[in-house]
Amino acid sequence: MDAVKIAPGFEKIMPQEYQDLVNDGPYGRNLSVKDLGTFKELIDEHPLCAGCTLTLSLRIVLASLPNPENTLIVTCAGCFGVIHPQISLHCTIAPFGTHNAFASGLKRALKVKFPNKNKDVISMAGDGGFADIGLSPTFHSWVRGERLTSIMIDNECYANTGGQDSGMTPEGVVLNMSPLGKNFPKIEFAELAKLAGCAYVATATPTNPRLLGQMVRRAILVSREVGPTVIRIATVCQTNYKLSPIEGYNKAKSFESQTFEYFTKEAQKYIESIEKKSPKTELNLEVGVENED
Amino acid sequence: MKEKKTVSPEYMILEAPREKKFMIGNEALAEAVKRANVDVVVVYPITPQSEISHLCGDLWVAGYIKDYYRGEDELHVMASMMGAASAGVRTFTATSGPGTLRAMEPFACWAGYRLPIVCPIMGRGIGTPANIQPDSVEIFYLLETGMIIFHVESPQDFFDMTLQAYAIAEQPDVHIPVIVFCDGFFVTHTREIVETTPDDEFLLPYNSNLSPVPAMDMEAVPVRMARDCLVIKNNFISYNANASWQQEVRAAQHRARKYIDRFMGGPLEVINPDAEVLLMASGSAAAQARVAMEIAQEEGIDVGMVKIKVIRPFPVAEIAKLCEKAKLIMVPEFNFIGWLAKEIKAVVNNNSKVFSGPNVFAGMTMPPEVIVDEIKKLLKLTK
Repeated sequence: MDAVKIAPGFEKIMPQEYQDLVNDGPYGRNLSVKDLGTFKELIDEHPLCAGCTLTLSLRIVLASLPNPENTLIVTCAGCFGVIHPQISLHCTIAPFGTHNAFASGLKRALKVKFPNKNKDVISMAGDGGFADIGLSPTFHSWVRGERLTSIMIDNECYANTGGQDSGMTPEGVVLNMSPLGKNFPKIEFAELAKLAGCAYVATATPTNPRLLGQMVRRAILVSREVGPTVIRIATVCQTNYKLSPIEGYNKAKSFESQTFEYFTKEAQKYIESIEKKSPKTELNLEVGVENED
Repeated sequence: MKEKKTVSPEYMILEAPREKKFMIGNEALAEAVKRANVDVVVVYPITPQSEISHLCGDLWVAGYIKDYYRGEDELHVMASMMGAASAGVRTFTATSGPGTLRAMEPFACWAGYRLPIVCPIMGRGIGTPANIQPDSVEIFYLLETGMIIFHVESPQDFFDMTLQAYAIAEQPDVHIPVIVFCDGFFVTHTREIVETTPDDEFLLPYNSNLSPVPAMDMEAVPVRMARDCLVIKNNFISYNANASWQQEVRAAQHRARKYIDRFMGGPLEVINPDAEVLLMASGSAAAQARVAMEIAQEEGIDVGMVKIKVIRPFPVAEIAKLCEKAKLIMVPEFNFIGWLAKEIKAVVNNNSKVFSGPNVFAGMTMPPEVIVDEIKKLLKLTK
């Protein structure tokens, strides 16, 4: 926490925004989604489209970090490339698709540098970044058991490049590189994550902030002690799907039916030990626990 | 592991006693890595580089390296290196041929991130038809990545230049990556006498607090990097940021020159500079030119040689000056494009006296006699 202080003598000359972060930011305060509106957030303006559900998702994720003062984020090209400089954490952009490889090196180096200190590394990218160009390093980071939290914001297309189909675009959708409709189905990203041995896999939507916030918290805690964790945030790019902001929000809301959580036995035990109860979500969603033996 | 005895790079490189050992290039490199006190190593197999990766694995098991793993491919190994070096630890990796080309995107990013990564490359054939034989064509692809590039002639160079690479890369006013390039097999698998420093003396640990950009570890102050993103050209700052950063990386290369002089005795090795004919070469071609020079001198031809140890930053002024007097400058190379000759032609006033060749490639040998024959032919032509 010493890092999140103003050096003596600099109190008056630091920008107001910086003073707000130091005096009223979320560092070291164990805040959550329900505290939104009462503190200086890690992101509070953005240059993306009006009504963008990616930024809504990002806002919820950032408000749910268990230890923002020791959290680092790796992103890659796409709409994240536009927004990442404005996050008030150590946050960087890796070459497109390499974010989980970058994050693997970062996490291991931090472990070497601070053997007795926990540093949470989150890799956050879009559906193209994770499921297409970055599938190999993503899958390999899971197989290696890297202690990372991978958060895919799935808006079902390449958005920043002008609306092309990705592996996560549903079959039949017409986008700029699928002029006759995409002719193969959406990749089963969560199934791949389970297959690779991830300890915690979840799908959420930004339209249920409390549930998403809980998932983010669980994913990060499990990644510290058990193994790799994955959250897919199901949304849509309303700009490239030619929807109004409210239509985009409603489309994301319609994905609430896809919401689920999966724990390995070890991850379930760990969550139980922290939350002092069985890790059923508040909404009593189906909890898929797979026996490891 | 027991407490390591750590020493300054100045002491290790310039003053430490040396012991003669008989070893191949890859072993000499591993000896350097061991002494360099490296934190994180990520590797991927490719011929002829794999052996150094194996040796690093042994060093990890023995406790000389703190973390080590095999990555998924070169592109992502080099991205992992970015992550590890960003956190502020000392890193090492190596690659060869097609691996170099696969990793080009991270290679083009390393200098911009100001990461002092040291990466040996063991050159080999690239492209079609497939070839694993020695070749130095890869350097051509790396020239403008912003990285510092050394070209190794011998196993001894491999040991020395790798330690020199760490010393230079980690200077606060440099802090950009160094490629330590050798022509595969010729250096990696050739056994020679190598003079090494004591094996119980290790470089001081890397200090990320001296980095010109804060380490990515949430120990420094978190702050928004920018109000507007730099990717979109929507404001004046975006243009300036890119232009000034590109210039800054090149300026960092330029600032490395004083450390190249201090730790390497300069970027060039010059023998008989006033000769009528100058052989200018780097890497294994320099080794062949050295012998060719001796043969030619015995035959009464006035030949000198310039070994170019540092390809980036290119020693422009020194080379231009050396070329002033010579009647004929020959640039033998182990690649088919003659990139070194192009570099030299670009900095010499009267470049019609610079001849590219002989060029051999894809594992062909370059007997010194071939160089001597070429000198004789060219001297006849220029008379």
